[in-house]
Amino acid sequence: MTLRADLQIIQNWIQPGSRVLDLGCGEGELLHYLQDNRQVRGYGLEIDPDNINACIGKGVNVIEKDLDQDLDNFEDHSFDTVVMTQALQAVHYPDRILEDMLRIGREAILTFPNFGHWRCRLYLGTKGRMPVSEFMPYTWYNTPNIHFCTFKDFEKLCHERSVRILDRLVVDQTHRSSMLSAMWPNLLGEVAIYRVTR
Amino acid sequence: MSRFPADSVGLVSPQRHISTEPLALACGRSLPQYELVYETYGQLNASRSNAVLICHALSGHHHAAGYHSEDDRKPGWWDACIGPGKAIDTNRFFVVSLNNLGGCHGSTGPSSIDPETGKTYGGRFPMIVVEDWVNSQARLADHLGVQCWAAVVGGSLGGMQALQWAIHYPDRLRHCVAIATASKLSAQNIAFNEVARQAIITDPDFHGGDYAAFGVIPKRGLGLARMVGHITYLSDDAMGQKFGRELRSERLNYDISSVEFQVESYLRYQGQEFSERFDANTYLLMTKALDYYDPARAHGDDLAKALAPVTARSLVISFSTDWRFAPARSRELANALLAARKDVSYLEIDAAQGHDAFLLPIPRYIQALSSYMNRIEVDA
Repeated sequence: MTLRADLQIIQNWIQPGSRVLDLGCGEGELLHYLQDNRQVRGYGLEIDPDNINACIGKGVNVIEKDLDQDLDNFEDHSFDTVVMTQALQAVHYPDRILEDMLRIGREAILTFPNFGHWRCRLYLGTKGRMPVSEFMPYTWYNTPNIHFCTFKDFEKLCHERSVRILDRLVVDQTHRSSMLSAMWPNLLGEVAIYRVTR
Repeated sequence: MSRFPADSVGLVSPQRHISTEPLALACGRSLPQYELVYETYGQLNASRSNAVLICHALSGHHHAAGYHSEDDRKPGWWDACIGPGKAIDTNRFFVVSLNNLGGCHGSTGPSSIDPETGKTYGGRFPMIVVEDWVNSQARLADHLGVQCWAAVVGGSLGGMQALQWAIHYPDRLRHCVAIATASKLSAQNIAFNEVARQAIITDPDFHGGDYAAFGVIPKRGLGLARMVGHITYLSDDAMGQKFGRELRSERLNYDISSVEFQVESYLRYQGQEFSERFDANTYLLMTKALDYYDPARAHGDDLAKALAPVTARSLVISFSTDWRFAPARSRELANALLAARKDVSYLEIDAAQGHDAFLLPIPRYIQALSSYMNRIEVDA
């Protein structure tokens, strides 16, 4: 079974036999992989009916839940790792989600697109309009992405909230990392995968 | 050739399981002997690993799928979900559906003959609760040679039975499917049940439950009880869409006695029809069983603690406009399963039909149930 490239990276950071909560788990690919290959007990939260059905068809535990509602139903420290891929920019309160992730889990793994990437800067700088690209294909008035940030913004938030960054992997759209993007991540990195704790 | 649809289990006939071993009941009494009437659909496989138990709700019974005769107009109550290629696929599963003890469709109940007196039990029939039903169902499983159900499935009061199976017989089921249900009724639920019971008990024809001895039935009371119940099974929206403020005639009559609004006519019909086919004592017993069920009670109201023995994987489904068993109640159950660190999936289906939705072929619901059931492993 081949795994999406970012999920491939994430699964390396997850301990075998651990408990994983995946916020916005999509069709459950990551949890399915972790269940079969890492003996992980996992649960996904998802809102899209087709995605939920796909999870059920894979035998992945899935809870219908809007991430913008509170996550009070999950007890403190009840999971080892809480994962959220490509959803931070789409939730109403990214800071609250981050707090919740670290309340529920020992560690959190997040991925999100970098609005500080040079192409975004160039688009905004030269055209004076919100960037639209193949990677971020939405118009400003009709987009699920309501809270774009740059890597620097995210790291500042982590610093303010005393969140420790354990790992950061900066990659391009196809989730490959390069020497250059490692050197100037906020300018050259398109997607970041962070592993954080408190 | 049969005239039944290709995805129907076709002609089915009820079977009987007679037990002469006394069954101890939660109320402290026991049933010295009893009969359970049940139906089966599909074939039990050689390893006996493909059996699915269907638990019925308040007014349900053993006839869940197929037809009893060639001229039967209506199939069983859950024919939408049980049959070849359907969500509960009888090509894969051996499906068992029974009429619970205390019922009025053939299993031992208040209208059966008490062997000790030779007369109808009537008001002397012992109180039967969810725990007792599950114990009697376990005996039926023994009789059928089913050590472990692939799944126990139920909606509403049936969902409580599925949950009780998972708690009390953890090694006898692999999956628990609890639909439009709750681990306990709310005060509002109990209040509605009490109104229904008072309607029956205060009917002059009730005679303390011994109406059979008087050759009457408390039809008015039972009809009223059903009318109240029926209101709670439908959502405000569903009633609005179905009836609105439509009148039966063009003019208002300005009197009390005539049936003017369509919704009045509908409720009266439902009440009357029900009172002719259902037993009042059974209705009382079923509503009490609903009220009593609360597995967390013995664990300091900690549902997660009550669920500690569970090993089955669970699927919990609720419907958005169900106010009898609201989504919040199902979420409580799903959250407690999460807190108890059990495998659970939870779905909240957008449906306008209220509590009744669990019996209806709502595409997303059926699809999710199919996906879940198809995932359950069974030997060929």
